[in-house]
Amino acid sequence: MSTDLEILNQVEAEEYKYGFTTDIDMEILPKGLSEDTIRFISSKKNEPEWLLEWRLKAFRQFEKMELPSWQNFEMPEFDFQDISYYAAPKKKTQYKSLDEVDPELLATFEKLGIPLTEQKMLAGVAVDAVFDSVSVATTFKENLKELGIIFCSFGEAVQEHPELVKQYLGTVVPSTDNIFAALNAAVFSDGSFVYIPKGVRCPMELSTYFRINAQNTGQFERTLIIADESSYVSYLEGCTAPMRDENQMHAAVVELIAMQDAEIKYSTVQNWYPGDKDGKGGIYNFVTKRGICKGDRSKISWTQVETGSSITWKYPSVILKGDRSEGEFYSVAVTKNKQIADTGTKIYHIGKDTRSRIISKGISAGNGQNSYRGLVQVGPNAAHARNFTQCDSLLIGDRCGAHTFPYIESKNNTAMVEHEATTSKIGEDQIFYLNQRGIDTEKAVALIVNGYCKEVLNQLPMEFAVEAQKLLAISLEGSVG
Amino acid sequence: MLSIKNLKASVEGKEILKGLNLEVKAGEIHAIMGPNGSGKSTLASVLAGREDYEITEGEVSFDGKDLLDLSPEDRAREGLFLAFQYPVEIPGVSNINFLKTAVNEVRAYRNLAPLEGKEFLSTLKDRQKLLEFDASLANRSLNEGFSGGEKKRNEILQLAMLEPKLAILDETDSGLDIDALRIVSQGVNKLRSENNAFIVITHYQRLLEHIVPDYVHVLYKGKIVKSGTKELALELEEKGYDWLKESQAELA
Repeated sequence: MSTDLEILNQVEAEEYKYGFTTDIDMEILPKGLSEDTIRFISSKKNEPEWLLEWRLKAFRQFEKMELPSWQNFEMPEFDFQDISYYAAPKKKTQYKSLDEVDPELLATFEKLGIPLTEQKMLAGVAVDAVFDSVSVATTFKENLKELGIIFCSFGEAVQEHPELVKQYLGTVVPSTDNIFAALNAAVFSDGSFVYIPKGVRCPMELSTYFRINAQNTGQFERTLIIADESSYVSYLEGCTAPMRDENQMHAAVVELIAMQDAEIKYSTVQNWYPGDKDGKGGIYNFVTKRGICKGDRSKISWTQVETGSSITWKYPSVILKGDRSEGEFYSVAVTKNKQIADTGTKIYHIGKDTRSRIISKGISAGNGQNSYRGLVQVGPNAAHARNFTQCDSLLIGDRCGAHTFPYIESKNNTAMVEHEATTSKIGEDQIFYLNQRGIDTEKAVALIVNGYCKEVLNQLPMEFAVEAQKLLAISLEGSVG
Repeated sequence: MLSIKNLKASVEGKEILKGLNLEVKAGEIHAIMGPNGSGKSTLASVLAGREDYEITEGEVSFDGKDLLDLSPEDRAREGLFLAFQYPVEIPGVSNINFLKTAVNEVRAYRNLAPLEGKEFLSTLKDRQKLLEFDASLANRSLNEGFSGGEKKRNEILQLAMLEPKLAILDETDSGLDIDALRIVSQGVNKLRSENNAFIVITHYQRLLEHIVPDYVHVLYKGKIVKSGTKELALELEEKGYDWLKESQAELA
């Protein structure tokens, strides 16, 4: 029998296949954080005065803020002065076409399987790729432009659509929201910007690929998506980083705005380097994501598959302001070795007849710790608001942990809030049953886990669902003996 | 096809099988009966390779190979099938997807090309038709929320899809009503051939009216103490096991 002990002994860090570094001439700002750092970044990006002021204001707030202490793990000590806040591939930072991009860089994205090249464009995915701090290529831009869709790097949006950026930046995640959001507002270097005009259904998946490459740098990207009335967009982000012994910081902010009858579907496949089996290295992933259903009957749906990072701290949230608006959160979070995930969602029911659905699937192996933390808040005017929450935990071995912290606050007595939770283990009986049908243990675990996550994986666009399934299988390789 | 010699196996230090011998040839059906705790299910588990059991002595050859040397999945791929007494539920895994994975793992081991979409579905349809099963089981999650009868039928469907050389039915009749028993038995009868063999583990002669065995063995205290033809099952039904226990006591 594979005893738990044997199982645990076999929980080893499988080789992280995205752990390579790319040898590119980089321009890296020395470590340290001050107003000068921010002025440097802002001038490097040729930003207007108002944006510099906005950043500086955020920085002053950041300096007064403290690290949160409510999470279910010991917060590592951050030395914010020990990080470099700007790293960019040298050469020109504005690329007119793919031909101008450093071939090393393209080769890197090739290795990551990002459809950057012409041939892969046929796959029909428009990609914005952010390498360390700078967005290096946005494909398909022209095709989208014809429909009035803006999909570009954040830096470009600041230059070309300053009025839109100014109108919406920081309106969903204010820089005072939390210390990481404040830091991001102060030092964000790039990210993606999307605007879908009224009545337009974006004909392809939009996708951003984030890659941390340089050492001792943090990545602070910012994404802003605005879906105007009756529009639709599906957006996906993926992320990887090289293997390094020291931890690296990732503090992103994502803001989504859905106007009347608009729908935004935001999917994440997060595979930052998780650290080795002893917990050395890995990305500290402290991310603030929030969307607002501003208009009536609008909808925002978050789907996340989180397999990487040594610490994941994120709670993609939805503010249901418009009447009959809808919010969804589908999540799979995997922790193994010494990984920690403290993740969940916050849903604020403000408008009438608002609905939300939360499906969270946590998988813990090795010494991994997995917490679901969720808040469902129903305001006094949210008559007939409805929420359904299901959070399930799957344990592999007996040294890992699963925790749930659901909070429900209802100020309206016509609201209906449901919460279901289960905890289960992958049974040796299940594995033996599949073995007896000719399926080896690795495949058996993958089959069981994919079955367990089906409800969430079904939400992903098809090709990414296949990727996510493979990623889950790879992440859990060797978890069961 | 299967040759078991002096097999001894224990679980948590307690010896369950105490020198068991059995020969099964292609085309044969062997029934194994015996009182509770005699080691019937242990035998099935040991042959399928469940790791809870320690083999302390003896050998088992299956089609010329040392069975005990193979992993559970390789035993399955070599053509050994166990219809479980208690099939487990695997939520969210579609029965069809599972069947396809299993069939193609077994085919890959035998150097056969995988059965893809259409081909697989038509094979599945054929098998369902042969067994007179309706198609609804295949579209559900593996055993999830299945009734006892449905679980057992699903085992037989898997048997039909995997086409093993040797199938061990571990108390397949337990928990079945008379109609379900008949359907399952008819399925087995349709699947038997010159080339395959069955070991049917049961408490009741009732099952053996439907699946008629060539041989009946009585397992008692980890050994086969009596073998005979199908008439032995009738005798057991009538007389119980006490007379066998007594004669064993005398021998000791």
